[in-house]
Amino acid sequence: MKAHLTNHAIRSAVFAALATVSFGAMAAAAELHYVLGTVGNDVENFRKLVKPWEATTGNTVKLVPMPASTSDQFGQYRLWLAAGNKDIDLYQTDVIWAPQLAEQLVDLSEAAIDLVPQHLPAVIQSQTVNGKLVALPLFTDAPALYYRKDLLDKHGVAVPKTWEELTQTARKIQDAERADGKKDFWGFVWQGNAYEGLTCNALEWVKSFGGGQIVEPDGTISVNNEKAAAALDLAKSWIGTISPEGVLAYQEEEARGVWQTGNAVFMRNWPYAYSLGNSADSAVEGRFDVAPLPSGSENGSSAATLGGWNVGVSKYSEHREEAISLALFLAGPEVQKQRAILASSLPTIISLYDDPDIAAAQPIIPRWKEVLLNAVPRPSASAKVKYNELSSKFWSAVHETLSGNGSAAENLEVLELDLEDLKGGDW
Amino acid sequence: MTNAITTTARPAIERRQLNLQQQRVRAAFWFLAPMLVMLFLVAAWPLFRSIYFSFTNVTLNNLYAGEWIGFDNYLSWRTLSSGRTIWRGTLVDPAWWNAVWNTVRFSLVSVTIETILGLLVALVLNAEFKGRGLVRAAILIPWAIPTIVSAKMWSWMLNDQFGIINDMLLNLGLIDHKIAWTASVETAMVAVLIVDIWKTTPFMALLCLAGLQMIPRDIYEAAKVDGVHPLRVFFNVTLPLVRPALMVAVIFRMLDALRIFDLIYVLTPNSKATKTMSIISRENLIEFDKFAYGSAQSTLLFAIIAVFVAAYMWLGKLDLSGEGR
Repeated sequence: MKAHLTNHAIRSAVFAALATVSFGAMAAAAELHYVLGTVGNDVENFRKLVKPWEATTGNTVKLVPMPASTSDQFGQYRLWLAAGNKDIDLYQTDVIWAPQLAEQLVDLSEAAIDLVPQHLPAVIQSQTVNGKLVALPLFTDAPALYYRKDLLDKHGVAVPKTWEELTQTARKIQDAERADGKKDFWGFVWQGNAYEGLTCNALEWVKSFGGGQIVEPDGTISVNNEKAAAALDLAKSWIGTISPEGVLAYQEEEARGVWQTGNAVFMRNWPYAYSLGNSADSAVEGRFDVAPLPSGSENGSSAATLGGWNVGVSKYSEHREEAISLALFLAGPEVQKQRAILASSLPTIISLYDDPDIAAAQPIIPRWKEVLLNAVPRPSASAKVKYNELSSKFWSAVHETLSGNGSAAENLEVLELDLEDLKGGDW
Repeated sequence: MTNAITTTARPAIERRQLNLQQQRVRAAFWFLAPMLVMLFLVAAWPLFRSIYFSFTNVTLNNLYAGEWIGFDNYLSWRTLSSGRTIWRGTLVDPAWWNAVWNTVRFSLVSVTIETILGLLVALVLNAEFKGRGLVRAAILIPWAIPTIVSAKMWSWMLNDQFGIINDMLLNLGLIDHKIAWTASVETAMVAVLIVDIWKTTPFMALLCLAGLQMIPRDIYEAAKVDGVHPLRVFFNVTLPLVRPALMVAVIFRMLDALRIFDLIYVLTPNSKATKTMSIISRENLIEFDKFAYGSAQSTLLFAIIAVFVAAYMWLGKLDLSGEGR
């Protein structure tokens, strides 16, 4: 009896081994499709990052590039997922999408059980919906103030600490540079197009002025207040003075276009602009630095909208095992380190902030820890599936204010009413 | 047996004749069947489905879980305990009516300008000159470029800081500061109109040219012999004769303009000044979690276009069936 049992055990072990081998052989044929919105040189970087995984597993990864606008990407992903599309295995998702895509992405909490504790808890939390880990963090994002240190030195001014100071400094340098014959020189460029990016920009102004974060974590709508209105009024004063009127149509790349050709003193942008700004063909190479975004008042705190990208596995993927393995690889320390060095992306693995290689290649990253500490999340967790509409209403109200259609106070009052309607009984 | 054949001989001939007629009908049916099936699958079915969705509360998370809610997406009301009545639905949504107004304004302006320019270009192309074939081909290029490509191209050209349009206008001294074409509310619609007119004038020109070439040359010769002023020839001869072709061209463009989407989506997607019916219904369908509400808007868009076409045909006494006038 005992002998029989052992025999049986051996046989099943052999079977299991065989099964693994044949499964491995089957997996070798898999071609995964990975979709992401591309900014800067994302495509080249992605190829470099997945190469080791392709080499060890024998699978191939095909990249499906999407436009840079996050709203465009979201619309397409939503459609693909609603149609149960089997062609895309992995989606690179924005930090705010988790509650909206939760139903159609695979729960990764089991698979990533060892990896999760290494990541920033706040980021993991943003990707967890009702106990389900929807996506794994690839890198986090928090914008900062880019400034031209050569120009600040030339005109003998310090890095601005408050938005008010920024306004004055920008004005001063802009006037001086224009007097020197640089007709197209501007003080401050940022993202003012009516899109998700404006929600990020405006949230930073409002939050740093002490005006709350649109909708508080408990679900109350806080946006209609004097401090928020003061923040928007100040931003309104930039249009046409220190910022070109066209900033109302700028997204990240347009702002970087003006900045990187050397035509602005200050820029608000995400970390990706750092390595691009220091590339060989950049007009501002080695002539700029970054600082946390200014705060609202003298002793107020600065605020940076928490961004970041994650990878989720489609529920409809026919190569789920391989896709999960790739997701784990991409969210792991090895790739996060590579990504930090290649693209100045901020790791979500805490220990990497003390990594000497990263510090040597991108000295900026250890310093970004300070920015991350002040990061403010967008109200996606409280607004759940209604977040996009909330954000759209918010950026529309801000865009109206900046374009001069109604004062900040009037527009915020109407916005509050709209948001209450949208909220209904509960978010 | 032979008897039976002779007695049925005459009706058999008749039957064969009938059969010939029937056969033709049947053959025609079979030739048309693939197209009918295709039309049903790609046009009728999606149309009915989205009309159906507009009466449910379906969301994009699960397209099969919607419940029938009647006309609530279009119009619904609730009376509060205070006695105040709250109206909800697309028909009382100011954003929707703003989009309708934008679309109508865009369509009227763009189609009017395109028709005039198209007719002018067609008149030039109708004249005999060297290299006419080449010019005709060249003028079609804007129409041949995919809209997304030309819209993206124009969005860089219209960029306020490094766009070539501002650079040219500045160098010519026509403007004194750079204009933020797509950003500012006042110029956003103008920017969209410029690109649309650039793109679709060739199409109008081509349709007008086809109409112009139908006009017999001897009428012009007769007018020339009589010494009629060319302007009078245009208004009394050319215009009346080209009118049927022009009317068809205008309705084609009108239909196209009323459902404008791609150009605006690339150029000024979120600007309130250029949001059209298609843009706003897509926004609700996909961006926001309101698939059914967006379906109601696209159903209304369909209805509005249908009304436009019917009114146009009635007013213009236009005959699209092709059977004489």
